[in-house]
Amino acid sequence: MTGAKAIVTSLEQEGVTTVFGYPGAAICPVYDCLRESPICHILVRQEQNAGHAAAAYGRISGRPGVCIATSGPGALNLLTALATAYMDSVPLVAITGQVPSDQLGRDVFQEADITGAAEPFTKHSFLVKNAADIPRIMKEAFYLASTGRQGPVLIDLPVDIQTQELDFLYPESVSIRGYNPSAKANPLQLRRVVEAIAAARRPVICAGGGVFGAGARAQMRAFAERCRIPVVTTMMGLGLMPSSHPLYFGMLGSFGSSAANYAIRHSDLLILIGTRAGDRAMRQPGVLEKRTRIIHIDIDPAEIRKNMEANIPLVADARLALEDLGENCQAADTGMWLAELKEKLGAGAPFSDCPAFVNPHRLVAALTERLDSDAIYIADVGLNQIWSARSARIKEGRFLTSGGMGTMGYALPAAMGARLATTARQVVAVMGDGGFQMSMQELATLCQHDIPVRMVVLRNDSLGLVRQIQKQEYAGRYEAVDLSGGPDFAALAQVYGIRAMTLSDNDEIDEAVDALLAGEKSFLLQCLVSPDEPAL
Amino acid sequence: MKHTISVLVENHAGVLSRITGLFSRRGFNIDSLAVGVTEDKTVSRMTIVVEGDSYTVEQLEKQLNKVVDVIKVRTIPQQDLISRELMLIKCNATGRTRSEILDIAKIMNANIVDLTKNTMTLEICDLPDRLDLLEELLKSYNIQEVMRTGTIALQRGGAAINVK
Repeated sequence: MTGAKAIVTSLEQEGVTTVFGYPGAAICPVYDCLRESPICHILVRQEQNAGHAAAAYGRISGRPGVCIATSGPGALNLLTALATAYMDSVPLVAITGQVPSDQLGRDVFQEADITGAAEPFTKHSFLVKNAADIPRIMKEAFYLASTGRQGPVLIDLPVDIQTQELDFLYPESVSIRGYNPSAKANPLQLRRVVEAIAAARRPVICAGGGVFGAGARAQMRAFAERCRIPVVTTMMGLGLMPSSHPLYFGMLGSFGSSAANYAIRHSDLLILIGTRAGDRAMRQPGVLEKRTRIIHIDIDPAEIRKNMEANIPLVADARLALEDLGENCQAADTGMWLAELKEKLGAGAPFSDCPAFVNPHRLVAALTERLDSDAIYIADVGLNQIWSARSARIKEGRFLTSGGMGTMGYALPAAMGARLATTARQVVAVMGDGGFQMSMQELATLCQHDIPVRMVVLRNDSLGLVRQIQKQEYAGRYEAVDLSGGPDFAALAQVYGIRAMTLSDNDEIDEAVDALLAGEKSFLLQCLVSPDEPAL
Repeated sequence: MKHTISVLVENHAGVLSRITGLFSRRGFNIDSLAVGVTEDKTVSRMTIVVEGDSYTVEQLEKQLNKVVDVIKVRTIPQQDLISRELMLIKCNATGRTRSEILDIAKIMNANIVDLTKNTMTLEICDLPDRLDLLEELLKSYNIQEVMRTGTIALQRGGAAINVK
């Protein structure tokens, strides 16, 4: 068969059913083979969105999402999505067309060194030089993307390789001598963790996105419940515990809850699981290091002691480690500690409403209260992300966002991908008008492929978070944050044939949310929000 | 403090740029980097000398280990270090100074590898400090060119760093 056919057959062997992409001359042979494959191809309107959609597909399905683009600009448009997936450790396989091998390096039409450009943002990349290598490379790419600390893998495929003949045999197993991710925890270290937990009076678990990556949500919850240890999460860890869980004390960090930040500041044992202790979550790791003992559980040894000192490092797959800990740890006497934290949780500040505008906290709370238990909530980046993270009440569903890279325009394409990774779960994308306008061309994709996504655009006609920074740190000298000029987004959606409405009154939130969630089709809810509505 | 790190990598195209890209991206300052093929032709060995504290070296080792093409990373303990560097150095040498330079070469165990009417080229293979010393000694003879290979190193004793 040809190299192109080998690519498509390998995708089928990996169980891929949906790919996201945008064709071009240098990837045409692959598209010619996709035509005859049962794999469903979703034609996005810009390659970056194929990357985000595939990444969200990967986050929800637990298997690498797949995106395809052509050489040069097509591949380059994927870069931001690759970097976004890399920062959030999301399994993703990107396939790009490339100019013919014999013309590589001559700056021919639509040539870009994409493996070079993507090097800092990919877990690994391949430039295929021989069609016979395709089965091995595809097998390795899926293996690398989905094991250890997950991440994006890029395969760059010169167009002549796609038409080269090979004997196809898909390998059964993978052997990469430089890649042996450790999964099982060192028993000695594990025992030290158990002892430290037994000795702690004020322990707290700080869980991050790595727990989702390891598919260890249930194990983490079971461990916390058995040992009666309070849990806080990073933004990437939102949803690991239901918001209403008695052991859950919210998200930590600069935009987090005071209870969560109190918990880690006053703990005597901090158990980090699947988190790199990033700067947005822990602003002063040095101060914490002095106050508390730290256990750091992570699959990536390089994360341990990178941002924060660890008294007991434990390199392991979070699921295996948590299973072990769940079996071996005893319930701790944390009654007093939990009561102290409960007090800090308080009732939360009352809503302060602006007349003629929607209070985004009210809206997010009402929306998430009404969502199905397993719904997927996707927040974009900016004020909407902070409002969402603070006010969303997650039950058994997911909260997806671009946590590490903070990529605006993520939510809408991610919602498409997330929805296609499930059969019937509700998917809601909550965006600002800035982020929405970075990817609103995908409304056409929703229509073309009939993907039902509930969209909320929190519209303040400004780049709210930047505006707030200019207000607070630059004495109100606003520059380039006025976003007026956009159309009525509800009317815009209706032109696409998408149902839509505008909300500007807090008293009508419930009806608007009902309309948003009703029916089987996409819906866009435009909410008018005051430009002065603060982050916190 | 200087640390000497041996890295075994896959011997194929693009690996060197992955490693050097990592250094600049993560802000590691490298004193020297030397690469060559090993007893196994599919494997290259890099010797990296880096200046830094233990945090820097630990991070560097861990980040190197994450590169899929990297097979093994070892920091060679200072006391077990066998290290050498090769230098070629060309300086002015006329009838009057030639014998002085010859004396220096003799004492320093350097060889004369090229000679013209006005210049002399020396070769020395020794510890990096000794190369510095030779360069210092030749300064007054108007050095034209210096080329150093970077340090290569093995660990003293029977222990070997290889793929097995």
